[in-house]
Amino acid sequence: MGSRILLSDFAYLAPTTLAEALQILAEKQAVKILAGGTDLLLRMKLGTISHVDYVMDIKHIKELNYACLCDEKQCGSTANGAFCIGPTATLNQIAKNGDLSRLFPAQREAILAMAATSVRNRGTMAGNICNASPVADSAIPAICYGAALTLQSRRGKRIVALEDFFRGPGETELEKDEMLVNIALPVPPADSGAAFIKKSRVKPDIAKISLGVFIERDGTLIKRCRIAMGSVAPLPLYVQKISEGLAGLEMNEQLIAKTAQMVKAALKPISDLRTNQEYRRAISSVLVEEGLRLAWRNAGGELK
Amino acid sequence: MSGTLQISLKINGESRVLHTAAHSSLLNLLRDNGYFDVKCGCEQGDCGACTVLLDGIAVKSCVILAMNCDGHEVRTIKGLGGHDRLTSRLQKAFVEHGAIQCGFCTPGMIIAAGDYLRHDGRADREQIRRAMSGNLCRCTGYQKIIDAVYEVAAELESEVCG
Repeated sequence: MGSRILLSDFAYLAPTTLAEALQILAEKQAVKILAGGTDLLLRMKLGTISHVDYVMDIKHIKELNYACLCDEKQCGSTANGAFCIGPTATLNQIAKNGDLSRLFPAQREAILAMAATSVRNRGTMAGNICNASPVADSAIPAICYGAALTLQSRRGKRIVALEDFFRGPGETELEKDEMLVNIALPVPPADSGAAFIKKSRVKPDIAKISLGVFIERDGTLIKRCRIAMGSVAPLPLYVQKISEGLAGLEMNEQLIAKTAQMVKAALKPISDLRTNQEYRRAISSVLVEEGLRLAWRNAGGELK
Repeated sequence: MSGTLQISLKINGESRVLHTAAHSSLLNLLRDNGYFDVKCGCEQGDCGACTVLLDGIAVKSCVILAMNCDGHEVRTIKGLGGHDRLTSRLQKAFVEHGAIQCGFCTPGMIIAAGDYLRHDGRADREQIRRAMSGNLCRCTGYQKIIDAVYEVAAELESEVCG
């Protein structure tokens, strides 16, 4: 703490094309990618990341800065197209986008609940995801919306579902020579809705616990549901089995209560500096209940 | 390995060529070159005392590498007060409301408030609190700061509507 300058001595690289960046990753060792830097520089200052020989700033790569609707199939989009986010798009750039706000309101809400304006002006969603914190706010609704990541290296490209990207705190599916080059949020079908709820000391703080829900509705039935939670596991958690088990069921208060209890029983949260496991477990069922109701209403459904 | 690097940037409207190290933050670069109006607080992106405008957008200079700013434009509070009308109004309102005590957080507060008002910020106390949440003050208890920003926001609204 209180370091005057960054502890590590490193060389600064600023490629201007993606090809150049991928070559650096393929050839050099101990490279850290800098997009916004609001997490990376902090972690380097605090010494939680050690041994960095190169910091590669990707902000100079113009082709990586975008946040817009796109209908190219290669980014993993569905029939409806996808909203694609480049790795250097800042959090505020994403949240201020009209298409994102209209199609993915829960994503917008989660981003605006992150840190302060001046941090969001710099920090990126790609950075938040690659930082792989179990509490990553932007990852929670993105998992629910079915986000697909494009990972690229000189060997080629591959698409990974966001929920499969995380391996543990700070650990991801990225190979040493790979970088995250696109985040695709598939455009949701009609009759769908989502919710994001975060419990923290004050809103811009890091969450004690967070929840995302996406529901696609077929009349009074749940056609498809995806629940994700932050800060209850070593990674942003997709509550897969319970979510998938809701498909085809009639939505009502009994189902909501039952699902909330199932989630609560399945979680094994830990205690840390933000709160303890008892609180996380106790509040989880309340969040699931609220989230399911909210997402259902946002999908145009009614609850008796 | 880092050595000395050269960086060209515009600070407060003036083109500067400066020397820095790869590991130097924008905050270090500015203070090393005499821009002491940029305050060094927590150095962890929390307190907001080091807030400056980078290409017209408010950022925390302690979590930005100096080298990131090569070819970009930086404005500190000294480059805004007296030059930018909105900043001057905010400064005046801060003084009139007693929103300044020790003054350490003030440059960052004024820049954050200006950023809020320039981006369609409304005269809404809750929104103002949210917008200023990345700037900490240990003297005033915030109320007077919120009052000062609210007053300027309300004046701007009445000017647009009236």
